[in-house]
Amino acid sequence: MAVYKRTYTGYDGPLTPEWSRFLILPRANYRQLGQSKLLTILRMAAMFYPLGCIVWVYLANNLSVLSTVGFDVGQYIKVDTSLFLYFCWVQGAFAYIMTALVGPSLVSPDLVNNALPLYFARPFSRTEYVLGKLSVLGILLSTITWIPGLVVWIIQASLGGWDWTVANLWVAGSLFLGMTLWVLLLSLIALAVSAWVKWRIAAGALLLGIFVAGAGFGTAINQIVRTDYGSLVNLPEVMFTLWSQLFGLESTTGLPAEYAWATYVTVCAGCLWLLWRKVRAFEVVK
Amino acid sequence: MADAVINLDGLTVRLGKREILHGLKGELTGRTIGLLGPNGAGKSTLIQTLLGFCPPTSGTASIFGEDIRSQARKLRGVIGYMPENDSFIADMTAVGFVKLMGELSGLPAEAALERAHEVLFYVGLGEARYRPLGTYSLGMKQLAKLAQAIVHGPRLVILDEPTNGLDPPARARMIKLIKEMRDTGKMHLVVCSHLLRDVEETCEEVLILKAGRIVHYSNLEEERKANQRFVEIEMLGNEAGFAEALAQRGCECTPAGQGRLKMVVPPEFELREIYVLAAERDLQLRRLNYRRDTLEDIFLKAMATDGSL
Repeated sequence: MAVYKRTYTGYDGPLTPEWSRFLILPRANYRQLGQSKLLTILRMAAMFYPLGCIVWVYLANNLSVLSTVGFDVGQYIKVDTSLFLYFCWVQGAFAYIMTALVGPSLVSPDLVNNALPLYFARPFSRTEYVLGKLSVLGILLSTITWIPGLVVWIIQASLGGWDWTVANLWVAGSLFLGMTLWVLLLSLIALAVSAWVKWRIAAGALLLGIFVAGAGFGTAINQIVRTDYGSLVNLPEVMFTLWSQLFGLESTTGLPAEYAWATYVTVCAGCLWLLWRKVRAFEVVK
Repeated sequence: MADAVINLDGLTVRLGKREILHGLKGELTGRTIGLLGPNGAGKSTLIQTLLGFCPPTSGTASIFGEDIRSQARKLRGVIGYMPENDSFIADMTAVGFVKLMGELSGLPAEAALERAHEVLFYVGLGEARYRPLGTYSLGMKQLAKLAQAIVHGPRLVILDEPTNGLDPPARARMIKLIKEMRDTGKMHLVVCSHLLRDVEETCEEVLILKAGRIVHYSNLEEERKANQRFVEIEMLGNEAGFAEALAQRGCECTPAGQGRLKMVVPPEFELREIYVLAAERDLQLRRLNYRRDTLEDIFLKAMATDGSL
């Protein structure tokens, strides 16, 4: 019978597993994000650096090819942990731009027209909601951060041989952990901003401001007070310190790693608290 | 207990420092339950508590025998909720929105999509289902809210002010839908409304709240049967013996002068007997007003009481 001719009927078919329901939100969001041309261009642009890294890795492992054509660049082209550290830095920047583009529209549309009670009147909790919304950015940013990073590492491993692979397995772990930490930080900040600032343009501006103004403010403190602790409000530098530690390199920020970790945890906890305050079925007006 | 749709067991709810619901007790068994009360009576808080949004301070409640504290998630799977205020995602199409809500209730994606189309046609939004919700009129938004509330085939649908802001034709359509849903026999309905007429038209049972307490509970059908019926007639001609003839049939008559007669008729009395008696006496009946106790009378009586049940 045609749909429009049917009358109301109950539903007694199968239900989806409860654990998987948070994934409904990314699916619904990607349907809308897929229509954004700007996002598609950005995702394509974010693939150039990983492609460049793959070429670099290939050349580093095939120096004899360059020698045959007269280029003796063996001392310049090499694959070490700094390659992956700068990979994090460049792809992290793309992830940040993408977050500023996508993040503001994640929670605010649900708050603007009071849609949250409809989510929570179903067998769907606040934790699942936050997890679902985090997954939107988490999955999207993963495709331009740790996934291509691991592809670069795997290509290097396949070209570098078994000894290189075993000796540098920790680099893959550091790359995955470092990028995941950045993705989590960006996602939490974006969700918190989107939950508190309903106007998308303002939320996008605030998201940019948190990083840019923080960086400027941190640099100003460092210059005026002649210290390195101003970098605590400079989130990119905090992340760079963490990445440097994860890759076993000395950080150029001068910020102790333990302070960077403390800042990271504080910011994440603060964002979760802000989200918890706002993401609820109804507000008690005192 | 097993047959109760909603069972309130000393339910007390405090929001901030204010106690909103004060130890509500009662058992609601009807297919359609009306929730009435003035502003601030605690109707919305009761609904939010039943949905698990507000934790009870003391006491508890159960829906279909399941405790709202321990079985909140399970219960939300069998409840559909249509909130009072605007609730939608503006840039989503109606079909996308209703499908999303169906999926969140546990329906697989294909089933949710099929049912989204089905319920949108059912509520009368079939032709507008691909339009973004932000472009809908108020009446259409109400219908979209109703569609999302029933997409997963709930056993209990809670409608908070379903006719809020609707023009008369839209209101009539909403009432018709509620009656249709009631008559399918597949779901129970809780209708929370300020409009007594809406509740009177759709509900079998009424719970009246005042200042967080239940001040009246009634089964409307039984109440209607038990209520007195008032008739006022105006006649032309010789009315001698007419009042006595009516009194013999159990009516309490009071002459009101100028050929008018007011009376209270017994439940078994049929109004056609008035016409028969008038015809026998060659009386012209110029006017006949008939009135039962309405829900408004019940409501006003309940509002006049101070204590809770």
